[in-house]
Amino acid sequence: MKFSNVMLETATKIIIFIVLTFSTYLFFAGHHNPGGGFIGGLVMTAAIVLFYMTFDVVTAREVIPVNFRKIGAFGALIAVTTGVGSFLFDVPFLTQSFTYVDLPLFGETELATSLLFDVGVFLAVIGSVMTIILSISEDV
Amino acid sequence: MFHTILFIALFLLSISIFICLYRLVKGPTRPDRVLALDAIGFNIIGVVTVLSILLHTLAFLEVILLIGILAFLGTIALSKFIEKGTVIDYERSD
Repeated sequence: MKFSNVMLETATKIIIFIVLTFSTYLFFAGHHNPGGGFIGGLVMTAAIVLFYMTFDVVTAREVIPVNFRKIGAFGALIAVTTGVGSFLFDVPFLTQSFTYVDLPLFGETELATSLLFDVGVFLAVIGSVMTIILSISEDV
Repeated sequence: MFHTILFIALFLLSISIFICLYRLVKGPTRPDRVLALDAIGFNIIGVVTVLSILLHTLAFLEVILLIGILAFLGTIALSKFIEKGTVIDYERSD
């Protein structure tokens, strides 16, 4: 039986960008508002899973040619490296600091070193959740 | 006055969620259960909206977006599973 999913494909092509934008917003809204690396990674995983559900694994591998296992390992490496980096300044493990910088477009912006840690968490969440979902779906 | 209306709305929304729960447990066919889950998701969105009006805060708006996205994803996955048997296919046949 043919699965006629023209409506789903057309809607997905628009909705994916909305979900990805929301994921980026959640990622940068951390520290002071609800958000952060973990939930941003989960929402981005939702967008990728929507793409996998609408199309198939072969097409998705062509469009997103990344190995999610390596992405997860790389994210964990970044997270641990930012923690170890605090030893360079002779402070305890995972110490964070922040400063206020005048950026040209955003005005006075708070830049925190925990953003780098959040990047690691973001990639680790994407890699591990996508690995779990894909290895379950390939079992059929 | 306005508070009373909001509390009545919360009460009605929770009754509606319980009716959907009954359909989710009892539902004779699988499409009934999918629709019940979808309706529960949107009722929860309504509850969060009324709560954010009641508490005078904008902090719950991300929650509304997130529940909307997750309910949409769940509905699509369940309908595709009912119609085709798989959620993520390896290669499209058509």
